[in-house]
Amino acid sequence: MSRSAVEEIFVDVLGLEPPVDWDAVRYQQVEGWDSLGHMTLVGELEDRFGILLETDHIVDMSSFDKALEILRGYGVDGV
Amino acid sequence: MSGPEALPLAGRVALVSGAVEGIGRAACTWLAARGAHVVVAGRIADDRLEARVAELQQAGGSAEGLTMDVTDPESVQAAFQSVFRTHRRLDVLVANAGALGDARLGMITEELLHTTLEANLAGAIRQVQGAARLMQRNRSGSIVVVGSIMGLRGNVGQVPYASAKAGLVGLVRSAAKELAPAGVRVNLVAPGFIETRLTADLDDAVRSERVASIGMGRAGTPEDVAQVIGFLASDASGYVTGQTIGVDGGMVL
Repeated sequence: MSRSAVEEIFVDVLGLEPPVDWDAVRYQQVEGWDSLGHMTLVGELEDRFGILLETDHIVDMSSFDKALEILRGYGVDGV
Repeated sequence: MSGPEALPLAGRVALVSGAVEGIGRAACTWLAARGAHVVVAGRIADDRLEARVAELQQAGGSAEGLTMDVTDPESVQAAFQSVFRTHRRLDVLVANAGALGDARLGMITEELLHTTLEANLAGAIRQVQGAARLMQRNRSGSIVVVGSIMGLRGNVGQVPYASAKAGLVGLVRSAAKELAPAGVRVNLVAPGFIETRLTADLDDAVRSERVASIGMGRAGTPEDVAQVIGFLASDASGYVTGQTIGVDGGMVL
């Protein structure tokens, strides 16, 4: 799996318009990434990578970069 | 509609906690007989857990055992991770695990208070959260929480237990609202005086007093409760959510 797969999910779920400044993609800092959007995002990432995130990781996933870090912890390669 | 064919659950995955004895055991039997694959969850992996799984399998059902201590957050998370890895779905949760802990005011220790709230309330919240994660993915599912008439009516010597069970009403009502848009239903069953291990140790006088308070003149059986759990787990209750259903034979407290 590549980083672009994660980017694709964020773009689709949050409705991000390219070009995307990924450093600025943070929870409640971009439109659509509210609590409801967050759980949709989590579900899409889980479906795509075949994982089930633990509660602490769901709460900690506060930015795009943090999401990549968490996914690496679940053995998702190349992100 | 009373036969196993009446409420087919073939292909559904059901997780039942506190499944080794009593109401949980009866719920497993009911669900397995309707075709559900039943994940039989017990606090510890012991012979009794294995025996329950074997019992269901020997009756032609599909079942597996799972260790889950609802008072341990990591154990609950691990249990739902296991269900996810194995099945990728969960259709039914019967959150039945609990523990009695009687004491009159003035004799309620911090330990009793903590363990009673953990086993009966916090444990249920953990299970509902785990189930919601899996069910929302498929935009369907039914969560049945097992409470108690004591949580609705209160009882002498049961302040911690009744408080925990009363908390389940708020849990179910809130979770039902939160999960309804995702097609997930959440309901509460509130048994009355049911013949289980929890009530087996009562002395004869207390038992007689309790039975005398039941309009139908008899204690309930785990099967009486399992049938209502089964109804709520099935599509027959597909438009029912956020409800509390007493299974108490007309018990008055």
